[in-house]
Amino acid sequence: MTNDLFALLKKAGRKAATQRGAPRHEVKEEGWRGLAERLGKKGSGEKGLDLMGLWADQGRVLMALFQPETGQFGLASIKVVDGAFPSVGALHPPAIRPERMIRDLFGYDPVGLEDQRNWIDHSTWHQSMPLSPQPAAPSQPAPYPFLASRGEGLHQIPVGPVHAGIIEPGHFRFTCAGETVVRLEERLGYVHKGIEKLAQGKTPLEAAPICARISGDSTVAFSLAFSRAVEEALDLDIPQRAHWLRALMGELERLANHFGDIGAICNDAAFAFIHAHFGILREDVLQAAQTCFGHRLMMDRVIPGGTACDLDSGGRAVLLALLDGLEERLPALIELYDSTPSIQDRTRTSGRLDPGLAHAFAAGGFVGRASGRSFDARAAFAYPPFDRIALEPACAENGDVDARVWVRIREAEQSMILIRRILADMPDGECRIDLPAPGNRVREGIALVEGFRGDVLVWVRLDRKGRIARLHPRDPSVFQWPLLEDVIRGNIVADFPLCNKSFNCSYSGHDL
Amino acid sequence: MRTLLFQSIFAAPVTARAPAPSAQALEELGRKLDKSARRLLGRSLAIREVDAGSCNGCELEIHALENAVYDASRFGIRFVASPRHADALLVTGPVTHNMKVALERTFAAVPAPRWVIAAGQCAVDGCVFRDSYANANGVADVLDVDLHIPGCPPSPAALLEGLLALMQN
Ligand code: SF4
Repeated sequence: MTNDLFALLKKAGRKAATQRGAPRHEVKEEGWRGLAERLGKKGSGEKGLDLMGLWADQGRVLMALFQPETGQFGLASIKVVDGAFPSVGALHPPAIRPERMIRDLFGYDPVGLEDQRNWIDHSTWHQSMPLSPQPAAPSQPAPYPFLASRGEGLHQIPVGPVHAGIIEPGHFRFTCAGETVVRLEERLGYVHKGIEKLAQGKTPLEAAPICARISGDSTVAFSLAFSRAVEEALDLDIPQRAHWLRALMGELERLANHFGDIGAICNDAAFAFIHAHFGILREDVLQAAQTCFGHRLMMDRVIPGGTACDLDSGGRAVLLALLDGLEERLPALIELYDSTPSIQDRTRTSGRLDPGLAHAFAAGGFVGRASGRSFDARAAFAYPPFDRIALEPACAENGDVDARVWVRIREAEQSMILIRRILADMPDGECRIDLPAPGNRVREGIALVEGFRGDVLVWVRLDRKGRIARLHPRDPSVFQWPLLEDVIRGNIVADFPLCNKSFNCSYSGHDL
Repeated sequence: MRTLLFQSIFAAPVTARAPAPSAQALEELGRKLDKSARRLLGRSLAIREVDAGSCNGCELEIHALENAVYDASRFGIRFVASPRHADALLVTGPVTHNMKVALERTFAAVPAPRWVIAAGQCAVDGCVFRDSYANANGVADVLDVDLHIPGCPPSPAALLEGLLALMQN
């Protein structure tokens, strides 16, 4: 069919890399623009495309594309000419921040992008353009002009980077009319650690601990995406049991985060009772993880080639007992959330994300699914074991804080069913295989997996010696953060913590 | 809700037993704190947490200190919103260059006597983020550190052990 993603890519340029999951086509300027124009278009028989990631490699810029109608997933790349490439952000706003990031890290200029401000380079690093072959001297400190809002009686409230609670750092600039937020602008980059550069030159197994620490709450998800990308690059099939163990850890991670966050949202709505109970459920999950896998957050347990540990019959019994305990206590807490007007009063209708925006930004996770975008990487790509376990993504339409809570409640229930299923059907056998020799070839691999927060993307290029030449991890927050700015508009300042918590975007995963 | 409250009357407490203060932390502190400081600190500790480039893993476990299982408040440990109310800064992360000024300013706002605790491997030595163009190799590169709590992330029990050592020394 003519407007299939694969057909569009073929028309736009020649195939440059064959990756198992997704082809990469190197396109010319015209083809690049043609694809950019299709981004975020939904319905009207147009077969629109979702932008899943935008990043640079040496001398080229790449974008990952997903077509909801056909389920096709592929990559387009364009050569950087004279240090510049045509801006996608000029046509499709979700690409603006990724392009500012590319400019900060590589020095490549997105031609046509209006926003000339640095993004994560705050002029404090030891070098600028750290990922270019010739990094330059540190950038000159310059004022950061926030976007202007004009009107009578408007005032600004600057918040952060150090916030009042135990949370990650970032800066929020509120412009308000009385109590009502007129505009929120985020400034991020405070926790940038140079993760992409740190990984370069390392073998996949050496780089794995770095990937496990991109966002600690999603350590399993990032390790899984990284491992799958490496395995794709090396054309490696891992033992079946490893897939099931990985999924098991992934669902435990989802449960722990959903429990913790649902409780925290209720706490922000001044209902500490639910918070206390969900805190115990979360703790139960983490302690079971410690017993079964030797680490509460399961860091470094998913590695390229499989998993670093197996589950014995004792561990299986621990998890079954965990599920029994959760199933017994969860329904009463859900019932309590559902029947307490003082919480509902805060969560209903506040922080509403428009479904149109959720689709345009290809918002992943519960943020997208609570606003009617049903995408879930487990269902969309059916990576094992989800090729054997059908999954119906939990969705809602309202798009408010309450809808995001409900989606997470449903997902937690679903994860508990999945864990039982995994424990019942997990095949026996090895859980790890050695990585093959690289075979003196440059290789690429990409993976998208569903973390608790949404789809996590990792792209790698391995050099001829099998070392990491380029690593790009993309946290779901990259496309969720900008939406939070829209969601808070028209709400009162006091509801910001609630809205923010209901998104729970990652700073570390965004800043890298 | 009534059922839940009713159940909790008969349920055993979920709170874990108090851990012993960490011997290693006691030793480190013994060298650093003088008697007067110990008197001042007394039996409570107000902590201002600062994420200076963490992966958020440490924050998750610090949060757990406040849950019903670890319940740090029973030892007089409180997390406060303002550095001006704090006795100690609990710093995580390797200290990114982008956070250095904010960390220094937060420290300056803590009234003396004050303590700096580096929590997590990143804060101790930079962990996997060592020698990056974008960060220091731990809190000690930026501030004088009184107590290191290693671990990636340190478990809530390890955090409690370290904090109790600070209070008892
Ligand atoms: S010590 Fe480990 S858990 Fe803590 S911030 Fe560093 S990498 Fe994350």
